Amino acid sequence: MDLFEYQARDMFAAHGVPVLDAVVATTPEEARAGAEAIGGGTVVVKAQVKTGGRGKAGGVKLAHSPEEAAAKAGEILGMDIKGHTVHRVMVAQGAKIAEEYYFSVILDRANRTYLAMASKEGGMEIEQLAVERPDALARIPVDAITGIDAAKAAEIVDAAGFADDVKAAVADVIVKLWGVFQAEDATLVEVNPLVKTEDGAIIALDGKVTLDGNAGFRHPDHAALEDVAAADPLEQAAKEKGLNYVKLDGEVGIIGNGAGLVMSTLDVVAYAGEEFGGVKPANFLDIGGGASAEVMANGLEIILGDAQVKSVFVNVFGGITACDAVANGILQAFKILEEHGTPVTKPLVVRLDGNNAELGQEILDDFAKTLPAGAITREDTMDGAARAAAELAASGQGQGA
Amino acid sequence: MSIWLNHDSKVIVQGMTGSEGRKHTQRMINSGTNIVAGVTPGKGGKGQEFNDRVVKPVFNSVQEAVSQTGADVSVIFVPAKGTKSAVYEAVDAGVPLVVVITEGVPVHDTADFFQYAKNKGTTRIIGPNCPGLITPGRSNVGIIPANITKHGPIGLVSKSGTLTYQLMYELRDIGFSTNVGIGGDPVIGTTHIDCLEAFEKDDETKAIVMIGEIGGDAEERAAAYIKEHVTKPVVGYVAGFTAPEGKTMGHAGAIVSGSSGTAQAKKEALEAAGVKVGKTPSETARLMREIMAQLG
Repeated sequence: MDLFEYQARDMFAAHGVPVLDAVVATTPEEARAGAEAIGGGTVVVKAQVKTGGRGKAGGVKLAHSPEEAAAKAGEILGMDIKGHTVHRVMVAQGAKIAEEYYFSVILDRANRTYLAMASKEGGMEIEQLAVERPDALARIPVDAITGIDAAKAAEIVDAAGFADDVKAAVADVIVKLWGVFQAEDATLVEVNPLVKTEDGAIIALDGKVTLDGNAGFRHPDHAALEDVAAADPLEQAAKEKGLNYVKLDGEVGIIGNGAGLVMSTLDVVAYAGEEFGGVKPANFLDIGGGASAEVMANGLEIILGDAQVKSVFVNVFGGITACDAVANGILQAFKILEEHGTPVTKPLVVRLDGNNAELGQEILDDFAKTLPAGAITREDTMDGAARAAAELAASGQGQGA
Repeated sequence: MSIWLNHDSKVIVQGMTGSEGRKHTQRMINSGTNIVAGVTPGKGGKGQEFNDRVVKPVFNSVQEAVSQTGADVSVIFVPAKGTKSAVYEAVDAGVPLVVVITEGVPVHDTADFFQYAKNKGTTRIIGPNCPGLITPGRSNVGIIPANITKHGPIGLVSKSGTLTYQLMYELRDIGFSTNVGIGGDPVIGTTHIDCLEAFEKDDETKAIVMIGEIGGDAEERAAAYIKEHVTKPVVGYVAGFTAPEGKTMGHAGAIVSGSSGTAQAKKEALEAAGVKVGKTPSETARLMREIMAQLG
């Protein structure tokens, strides 16, 4: 989960990282009150969106009075920045910046540890710095067990070539930022820029934090950081049912078991769809190894709730849960949805393979005979099923949802 | 031979008395795995009963289980909260192969126990969030269905469980030396490269299937390794061409960030290394069939 800047700022403050006073506002009036609350002087009004380049887009503005802060907030709120609508602004104290630096610590997948990066040339996008001035960016591996202590932080500031008069202060902030990274189970903590003010203080002016969702069980407070309002309603509904669902832009609903197989199913449907006017997969949905009737019913319910969906492709490999159990699960799911008053109204294409495949296929074929023609199409191969589902979706277009 | 796992592997199950542990231990016993004991702190001394009156001893610690049974493989089914300490215990007991099935382990815990095992230098970790590994007909450690394939000359390494099963099943007439599910987390103990290296050295393995997916650059690095070090034919498959940027696709590690981690980049890197890459799992199986036919 990526945090908003104001959430990262609050998290930094909680761990002793020096930050500027700031408040978050959702209306111009709140921005005015916020500007007053933090002293009434010069403030910066910053769009809170989870994307870069908001300065260039006009999402960061200076204001010299609470009234001006309200006016600037009014301009920024509702703005669209790279497809993200601005619902909040952060009103932060102004700072007299003398120098801008960069620091981050990230999960380094390739080396299976962490990587600290620091530069005394901050402010620009780090990708750009890495390409244009690679020598200016120090990259120091961090041992996952020993982390960043004072000695490691000193090594980092030395490698980045910080001036002697700021080394100690920057190293101190780096140790605190490591504290955030470790204590909060982050996979990214980035400060850009980390600044030296004219009076010599080192301050984290803008921060990015990504948290590990798997660590949620030891951070009950992290759930509140989620931006539920921005979530896709179908994704939110799926999450509440414990389903692993991602909404995509397409017409063929997808249900499968196992993340890899489902990703592969999306690809195969997209290839097949090229033949039928560019029909695409509508979603990612992994119902896991068990593929029980209840999970199948929940999954179908979510997918049928997507008005864009014209056909559904159920792609299951029966391993531990054999295909006959999966076929019975589909039968039960139809009954459950009937009882819920949300019967299956879109054509299903089912491909079952693996253990007891023939038995599963028989059960499905028998069931299909009790339904209107075309309600369930059974295919033997994944490629054939993808083609059938894409064709159904293409022919169903224009009929309305 | 095969890699890492064989007839004589002696396997303990950490978390054997839990519901998942019991279920999968029964399956492992059914598929011929030599399960020698279970470990559940606080339940030591009691036996755990399985079908046909088979009873496996349960110990309080991995150390005790290893010294009593000579176990050389541990498979971990404990919940995510307890996974790190379970791995530490197995590493401390010097178990050479530790297979972590558990899903949802915080990546800080994995980075930590991976570093711990690396420092000790005596344990290979597979996983977490993986289906384990199987040397068909000989030993099965984890949750891979045993009865969908047979023993044979193909080695398989994959980030994905069900895609592994799909290929095992499609190529069941040819068969596999060892299938390794390395898991879909951002940090994993055994990589594609580790498996490629082992398959290259294994006499029984004649050709290799490598399955990857979006996220990170493990496939690109594996491609570079293949170019330099692998003489056996390799067929590849990559899942996730249609995955949108910034969305986690089921596996914690399956995410395209900016322009990195895309399926297209992985496919191109593999092809540049001379690997034939299938467009679909079935085409991948066909490519392997052609190679096996050429090998005779």
